[in-house]
Amino acid sequence: MSVLSRLLRSPEGAIGLALLSLLALMAIFAGVIFPDDPLSIVGPALVQPFTDASLPFGTDRLGRDVLAELVHGTRASLAVGIAAAVVALVIGSLVGTLAGFAGGLVDEALMRVVDAFQIVPSFLLALAFVSVAGASLPVVVLAIALGAWTAPARLARAEVLSIRERDYVAAARVIGMHPLEIALREVLPNALGPVLALSSVIVASSVLIEAALSFLGLSDPNIVTWGSMIAEGRNVLRSAPFLSIFPGIALMLTVLGVYLFSEGLAEALAKRRARA
Amino acid sequence: MSAPLLSATGISKTYAGGGRRIAALDNASITVGRGETLGLVGPSGSGKSTLARVLLRLIEPDAGRADFDGVDLLSLRGEGLRATRRRIQMVFQDPLAAFNPRATVGSALTDPLRIHRIGNGAEQPAAVARLLERVGLDPTFASRAIHEISGGQRQRVAIARAISTRPELIVLDEAVSALDVSVRAKILDLLVGLQREQGIAYVFVSHDLAVVRAISHSIAVMDAGRIVEHGPARDIVANPQSATGRALVAAVPRLLHA
Repeated sequence: MSVLSRLLRSPEGAIGLALLSLLALMAIFAGVIFPDDPLSIVGPALVQPFTDASLPFGTDRLGRDVLAELVHGTRASLAVGIAAAVVALVIGSLVGTLAGFAGGLVDEALMRVVDAFQIVPSFLLALAFVSVAGASLPVVVLAIALGAWTAPARLARAEVLSIRERDYVAAARVIGMHPLEIALREVLPNALGPVLALSSVIVASSVLIEAALSFLGLSDPNIVTWGSMIAEGRNVLRSAPFLSIFPGIALMLTVLGVYLFSEGLAEALAKRRARA
Repeated sequence: MSAPLLSATGISKTYAGGGRRIAALDNASITVGRGETLGLVGPSGSGKSTLARVLLRLIEPDAGRADFDGVDLLSLRGEGLRATRRRIQMVFQDPLAAFNPRATVGSALTDPLRIHRIGNGAEQPAAVARLLERVGLDPTFASRAIHEISGGQRQRVAIARAISTRPELIVLDEAVSALDVSVRAKILDLLVGLQREQGIAYVFVSHDLAVVRAISHSIAVMDAGRIVEHGPARDIVANPQSATGRALVAAVPRLLHA
């Protein structure tokens, strides 16, 4: 049985995958569903939701379509979340694998760098980085990745340290395999599982950090993000709470979807391992 | 008698940890003749596995030297070491742990052929099939995943991997200890058959003197990192000189003495 079918069998995995697929479709087809600029004014300001069929989620203070903003906001959230996680995982697993393999001084030096990054709260690090480098999508991605790469680095190192001592690595040495091939073919693929399981957690926290940054106005002003929508709605929280509630729910569903998906995936992988 | 295939002398290895120094190997010396089996016996923690792994350069000793057919084994580095590994192979105790969890039987047997350029890519599947047949497995096993087959079959695959490079010496580290008794006898038969056929020498590491006696030409008894007795198998079993040797002989079930 494949990992996918086992993933779909667990309720967590199925719900998580459904939520994430829905969000992904929204992000991909945002330009098809709402071809106009989501920042353009389409109606009177502060239309209440569910009162106008053409503006189902109402409008904000400037008369912009909230549903269009939400759907376009999925792009920024998912893109930043996934990109930051990918950058963090690549840097983290490379540093971790190198430290675990090389051992000795290289290991010490690399892990002290990891420590240095880990003692700074990742949100403060991102905040400082974006304030200095300016708010644009690549900078935000990098800023979030800066605070997130340490966990995969530690995990990859721990995995490599344990796998390095396994008999099948010794067996690979006995048959004369080159150390580089041992690292890439014997160790790395087997170390990657737990590191990848961490990826969804990093995606979820990256989405939240991105939202928090844009809530504070530290995001590209020409892109709609859920964080900036909440910040917008904050000014009229008493008269039009839905302006903050809708993007809030979208954020919650995204993070929930990512967590459920990772839960289901971890379970499916664990079952495969137990069977093996 | 011609020069032995392998002669290791004065091998020492000390582990330091927790403020204590533990001598895993203390001036240990063994010799293995061509096409012969040396049984390496001793209680748990006596250093026999450490010695086995030193011979395979999986553990670096603090002192000592090892001559393998005129080659100074412990001074080899890099490419030279990897090339020489073709001649000395190993079979591990736990056949499941000794294979990459992602490997198939075929990939595990093709790796050594590819690394040592034994045959080209087109010939290797046939070579794998021959190896499987030699260890008593059906050639169709090549497409199976390692985790799909039984422990005894896995150990046969491990033996096939070890003989794939036509080595002159195979170190068997408790190679039959994890197998049940009926499978154990068949694997021992296979090993003896391979030795007669290809003249392979074995270093057979075990804590079980009954098994060692059945296949060894000579026996080395280890205790606390030292070789306490080394000689022809018959002499050591009949008249052990060391306390450890006597204890191991006494531990063999009475029935086998008759």
